[in-house]
Amino acid sequence: MHRGDLVLDEDLVKREDLIRGGLGYHDITEKVCKMAETPFLETHKGWLVGFALAASTLTMFVLAIGYLIWEGIGIWGNTSPTFWAWDIVNFVFWVGIGHAGTLISAILFLFRQKWRTSINRYAEAMTIFAVICALIFPGIHVGRIWVVYFFFPIPNQMDMWPNFRSPLLWDLFAVGTYFTVSLLFWYVGLVPDLATLRDRVKNKAAKLLYGLFSLGWRGSMRHWVHYERAYLLLAALSTPLVLSVHSVVSFDFATAQLPGWHTTIFPPYFVAGAIFSGFAMVQTLMLPARLWLGLKDIVTIKHIENMNKIILVTGSMVGYAYGIEFFMAWYSGNEYESFTFINRAFGPYAWAYWTMVTCNVITPQLFWFKKLRTSITVSFILSIFVNIGMWFERFVIIVTSLNRDFLPSSWHYFTPRIWEPIFLIGSFGLFFTFFLLFVRYLPVIAMAEIKGVIANGDDHHA
Amino acid sequence: MLKNYGLIAEYESPHAICEASKRVRDAGYQKWDACTPFPVHGLDKAMGLKDSVLPWFVLVAGITGCALISWLMIWVAAYDYPLNIGGKPTWSVPAFVPPAFEVTILFSSLMAVFGMFALCGLPRLHHPLFHSKKFERVTDDKFFIVIEAQDALFDLEKTKDLLNQTHPVSIELVEEQL
Repeated sequence: MHRGDLVLDEDLVKREDLIRGGLGYHDITEKVCKMAETPFLETHKGWLVGFALAASTLTMFVLAIGYLIWEGIGIWGNTSPTFWAWDIVNFVFWVGIGHAGTLISAILFLFRQKWRTSINRYAEAMTIFAVICALIFPGIHVGRIWVVYFFFPIPNQMDMWPNFRSPLLWDLFAVGTYFTVSLLFWYVGLVPDLATLRDRVKNKAAKLLYGLFSLGWRGSMRHWVHYERAYLLLAALSTPLVLSVHSVVSFDFATAQLPGWHTTIFPPYFVAGAIFSGFAMVQTLMLPARLWLGLKDIVTIKHIENMNKIILVTGSMVGYAYGIEFFMAWYSGNEYESFTFINRAFGPYAWAYWTMVTCNVITPQLFWFKKLRTSITVSFILSIFVNIGMWFERFVIIVTSLNRDFLPSSWHYFTPRIWEPIFLIGSFGLFFTFFLLFVRYLPVIAMAEIKGVIANGDDHHA
Repeated sequence: MLKNYGLIAEYESPHAICEASKRVRDAGYQKWDACTPFPVHGLDKAMGLKDSVLPWFVLVAGITGCALISWLMIWVAAYDYPLNIGGKPTWSVPAFVPPAFEVTILFSSLMAVFGMFALCGLPRLHHPLFHSKKFERVTDDKFFIVIEAQDALFDLEKTKDLLNQTHPVSIELVEEQL
C-alpha cells in the first residue's frame, strides 16, 4: 500500500494547505507532545476548570445511575404509551455522534484524503467516548441490569437463549462490534505515537505507562509493513461496519409496525444523519481545542472548510429524507401514516418538529457561502445548532410516533421528569471527562501519519 | 556481561535511508532492519521486503466468525430454543444476516490487530536498541539502519566500512546484556 499513489484532489496534496508554517518532523513532535509533557503542577488553568466541571457532572451521572438501578426506571417520565423516550433518544444521538470519527478514520483513508490526518485521532477518540455514552443508555434502560447477561448468547441458569430474530439483539451485536473495532483502530494508530512519548518523557511513572502501552514499538520497517497492512484492513472493515451500525439502529424502528417508524428509508437516512451530527460534534470540539492547544498550523481553515462541506452534503440528505417521508406518507394513501406525519408537524410536538427542521435543514444550507464556511465563529455556532437539531430529530421520531398510538383513548402527552435532563447532561460529563483526559495525556494529532504526509509533500516539491 | 548487539547508523531523511538500505540489501545482509518515525514510502522495496501475509489470516478469521455465529443462530433459533413469534419461520435467514455480518467484521478486526502484533513479535517489554540514547530519536525525526551482530556477514570493521560509505550522520555500536 502506498499512500499518495492516487491523488483525487491535486491541491490537497500541496503541503501548505495541510500543514502551515513549513514545519519539520521534529516541530510536529514538539507541538503535539507539548500538552502531554506539561508537568502536573503547570497544567493550564482552563483545563483544570473544565475538568472539574466535567468530572463533577460525571459524578452526578454515576450517582443518578445508582439511584436509577436502586429505584427502577419509573423515575423517568416514560409511561403508556411512550415507553421509549429520552433514554433511547440519547442512545441514538450518541451512536450517531460516533460515526464521524469512523468516517474520517476509515472512509477518508480509503479515498486517500490526506487532510484527514490532522483530525482523525481527535475524531476517533470522540467516537469511542460517544459510543461509551451510547451503550450506557440501553444498558440502564433494561431496568434489571443484574440480568443484562440474558442479552448475550451464553448458557444461563434459565436454560434460555436470546432471540436472534430481534433487531434489539442485532443492535447489541452492531454497537458492541462498533465499539470494539473503533477502540482497536484508535489504539493501533496510537501505538507509534505512544512510543514517541515513551522516548521523550522524563517522569518515571509516565515513561513506564507510555512504555507499556506502546508495546515496545521501535519503528522497525519490518513492522511497518504489517502495521500499514493492518491499518488498511481495519479501514476496509470499518467502512461497511460504520454504514451497518446506524442501519441496524434504524432497524430497531423500521422493523416495528408503528406508523412513522415502519419505513424503508430509515437505514440510509439514519446513516446520513449520523455523519451529519458527528461532523458537527467534531467541529464543536475541535474549533476551541485548536486554539487552546496551539494547533492552528496543523488543523487549518482548509480542514474546517472541508468538514463544513461534508456537513452541507449530509445535512441536505437529511433534509431530503424529511421531505420524502412526508411525500411517502401522502403517496402511500395510508391514513395512519398520514396522520402521524401531520401530527408531527402540527400536533402537540410541533415545537420539537420545527426546532429540528430549523436546525437541520436551514442551518447547513448557510455553508453554500464560502465566507460562512471558512469563518471559525460561524462554524462553531452552526455546529451547536446541528447538535441540538439532531437530538431533536431522534426525539421527534421516537416520541411523536409513540405518544399518539392507534387507540385515541390511550393518547398521552409525554413530559420528562427532572431525571431525564440529569441523565442527558450527565452523559456529557462522561464524554468531556474522557475527552479532556485524552487531550491532556495522549497525542491529539497522529504524529507518525502527519510526518508521512510531510515526507510525501517534500517528494512532490523535489 | 555485555555482548555486541549490532551497529546502528543514523540518517537525516527518508531519501538517505532508502539509498543506504539498497546498499545493505545488495551486500547480502539478512538480519538487519531500518527503523523510522513513520512508514517511509518505498523503503520496503529498498530493503527487499515481501508483502505482509496478514490479509490471509484476516480472511480465515472472518470466515470462522461468520460460520460460528451462523451455526449458533440457526441451532439456537431453529432447534434448541425455537420461539414462535407471530408464526414467523424459525429458519429465517434474512434475520440472521445482521449478526453474521457484525461478527465477521469483529473476528476479522481482532485478527488484523492481534495478528499484526504477533507477526511483529510484539508486545515486548525491552529491546537492546533501547540502550542507545541516540535511538530515542527514531520515534521523532531520525532514521536508523540496524545490522545485527548475529548476521553471518557481520564483521565489526567491514560492516562499519559499508555503513560509512552510505554517508550516515553517525554510527554507533549497541551492546546487549547477556
